[in-house]
Amino acid sequence: MRITLGLDSTSLTRRYPRLAVLATLFMAFVAPLGLYIGALVFFPLNTPERLDAMAKQWLGFDLAASHYRHLVYAVFLLLVAFVAVNFTAVFGGVSTWVERRVAGRMQSRIGPNRTSAAGFLAWVADAVKMVLKEDTVPASADQLLFRGAPYFSMVGLLLPFVVMPFGESVVATNMNVGVFYIMAVTAFVVVGILISGWSSNSNWALFGAVRGAAQVISYEIPAGIALMVPVLMAGSLSMQDIVRAQGGMPWDWFVFRNPAAFVAFFISVTSSLAEGNRTPFDLPEAESELVAGYHAEYSGFRLAIFLMVEWANMWIMAGLAVTLFLGGWQVPFVASETYKAALGAGLVPTPSWFGLQALSMLVFSLKTWGLVIVFIWLRWTLPRVRVDQMMSLCWKYLVPGAFLCFVVTLLWQLLVPPLGNTVTGVVLSLVAFVLLAKFLLATYRNIGRVKGDRVDLTNW
Amino acid sequence: MSTDTTPDTTIDMNLDRHILRRTDGNDEEIVVNFGPQHPSTHGVINFVTQTNGEVIRRSVPEIGYLHRGLEKIGELVAYPGYMPFTDRIDYLAAMFANEGYAVAVERLLGIEAPLRAQYIRAISCELCRIASHFISIGTMAQDIGAATPLTHALRERESINDLLEELCGARLTYNFLRIGGVAFDVPVGWTDKVLRFLDHLESYIQEWDRLITFNKIFVKRLAGVGVITRDQAIDYGLVGPNLRGSGVKFDIRRDMPYGAYPNFEFNIPVGTGKVGTVGDCWDRFFVRVQEVVESSKIIRQAIAKLPEGDIQAKVARKLKPEVGEAVGQVESARGEMLYYIVSDGSEKAYRLRVRTGSFMAMGIIEELSHGIMVADLIAIIASLDVVAPEVDR
Repeated sequence: MRITLGLDSTSLTRRYPRLAVLATLFMAFVAPLGLYIGALVFFPLNTPERLDAMAKQWLGFDLAASHYRHLVYAVFLLLVAFVAVNFTAVFGGVSTWVERRVAGRMQSRIGPNRTSAAGFLAWVADAVKMVLKEDTVPASADQLLFRGAPYFSMVGLLLPFVVMPFGESVVATNMNVGVFYIMAVTAFVVVGILISGWSSNSNWALFGAVRGAAQVISYEIPAGIALMVPVLMAGSLSMQDIVRAQGGMPWDWFVFRNPAAFVAFFISVTSSLAEGNRTPFDLPEAESELVAGYHAEYSGFRLAIFLMVEWANMWIMAGLAVTLFLGGWQVPFVASETYKAALGAGLVPTPSWFGLQALSMLVFSLKTWGLVIVFIWLRWTLPRVRVDQMMSLCWKYLVPGAFLCFVVTLLWQLLVPPLGNTVTGVVLSLVAFVLLAKFLLATYRNIGRVKGDRVDLTNW
Repeated sequence: MSTDTTPDTTIDMNLDRHILRRTDGNDEEIVVNFGPQHPSTHGVINFVTQTNGEVIRRSVPEIGYLHRGLEKIGELVAYPGYMPFTDRIDYLAAMFANEGYAVAVERLLGIEAPLRAQYIRAISCELCRIASHFISIGTMAQDIGAATPLTHALRERESINDLLEELCGARLTYNFLRIGGVAFDVPVGWTDKVLRFLDHLESYIQEWDRLITFNKIFVKRLAGVGVITRDQAIDYGLVGPNLRGSGVKFDIRRDMPYGAYPNFEFNIPVGTGKVGTVGDCWDRFFVRVQEVVESSKIIRQAIAKLPEGDIQAKVARKLKPEVGEAVGQVESARGEMLYYIVSDGSEKAYRLRVRTGSFMAMGIIEELSHGIMVADLIAIIASLDVVAPEVDR
């Protein structure tokens, strides 16, 4: 006899087939949309001045003079944090589904397709399963550190969202040292890796942790130097200022503005792949060597946190690259004055301002998703490098390369007139366009060679 | 850190081996058990590894977890009845285990299978070799960290499984060969399906080479790693692709011919050190990739020349060979598969001995393991194409 407790998704969806589609549509569109709307509302409006003004006008309460005003500000900040935390969870979950579907397609198999329409809810099922599982702590593990390690990784994942610009004004804080801040807080992830590996008291975990520490700390250097290139070009460390210094069209993006930035973009993406433990640099959790690496001993909710960090980190990696090199949220043909003009004088901005913000969020999200798909594509194509090769790539090629890009950018900024930037931008973006066209053509030919490729929608 | 790479005798791997402990006063070193349950041991084998961080001092394979007494069973059941057991010796290339046993018993009895049966044997065995090699090179790519080639290899192997299922009703443990013949004739239209598959296969191999064989990272990981010199390979008794990877042109099919093989033209690929040193892991990988193409050539010739006639020689119902002994060797996917049978004139073998390619490969792992990195050990194990049940029997 099957005991379903009324929660068995299989029997429920078998009885009500539309429920599966509805649940899928809800999780696929309504939940992320809710998060985006939450970000759109809370991120730009959550300043003390605006809260004071709102309290005065709507409630007739002079918040600025209140003793408890900081408490109120903190509550509203928690709302921002709630949106950001849920965003990482939902994005991490959805990206596992995307990854598995893309991998399935690359490997000529189907991938998850049983849980709801197109298997979309597989990530929810996975999350629920992991939360319900027993949280085991090995008897010989260091109890406190073992339990605490996932939270270090989690904090390292969540803190960058403070300065991640989702849209023109949709950013939790426009910190003036944004790039430094991101580089500093992402290092928390490696603390989590190191603690988890050490406290597990297992050979495999220790191997993974030491590999992870060596790798992440080494690649911080080329990543950091490569990130200084757009900082030099924008003349600011603030993420928003760096985006504002770029434009909507590809030739306005920093990646094409000078040849050194073009190289720096690839150095930065390679380094962030290594920092995010993605193939070809997935050494800390190399399945065929270390079984599971640093999280070999974890189970249940703590393992879920590690996995969520791994996947949601892709958003940080991709979002950072998009912000610094690929024009961020800049919408083509929409100048920064347009946003200001649409703001309006009222307490609540006009709907057209919200529309523009939503558009900029859409542009940022599309670019970021595109880069995330590239990361997934790389993961399922490339083999893994060896530890010494990973180190020599970092120290022999990427670090000097990043330094060179840094110096060339310095000289470029000093010696080349602004017109040179535009010319280089047009030329390089044309080159990129030609490469993209050649790639698409080659893909088309490859599909023709295997006599057609069909997206089969019947296997839901 | 100790740079001494000579094997020491202070560590007794047999005692207390599963307990993590420090070794010979060197606090830096730990003993790690790669196995018996590990993704890269390809079955249940334990590689007891003495390691200093990422650098391995010594790794000793501990075998026997899958010992099922298959040689003893051969002495307890009658000659025809042992055929299904041979499937279990090497479940990834069961056809060769069948063939080796059939050849040995036929030599013992002094009979020969009809020509048509020998051709069908060659076709089915070469299909099985392609399937086995795809598993081998696919899992090797997986062990190097690339997940996609394995699923592509499994997809191609699936077609072979379908073909062999149509031929003999089984997909893994075929039990297809009989003493003095084969169990079934080829079904109508089956050879055309095989030819269609080979057309696809030969074009797919080019895609495979683009996907993984010449991938920069893959070549970097394997070139010059786990080099087995020509002399070492011969000294350690390596067989099959492992031997040929070291540049030794030896193939039972050509040098000690059996069955229909003298009638076929085929090349014997050997390691050339194309991207590194002769006898490195990449050479062994590439030898297998080339052997897939050669097997495809052999199947084409066999289908073109497939003669008419019986598929089973006249064999007595109760087999009672005369007192004596016989050896049957075939070139399995993992090298020489040798059956040595001693008959005391009864219905059952007096002694049955099986020698397999994977078992021969286990000996050299300790020799290669001094001073390599952990990831290299995985590459070496994968490149030797170790299949645990074949090691232990």
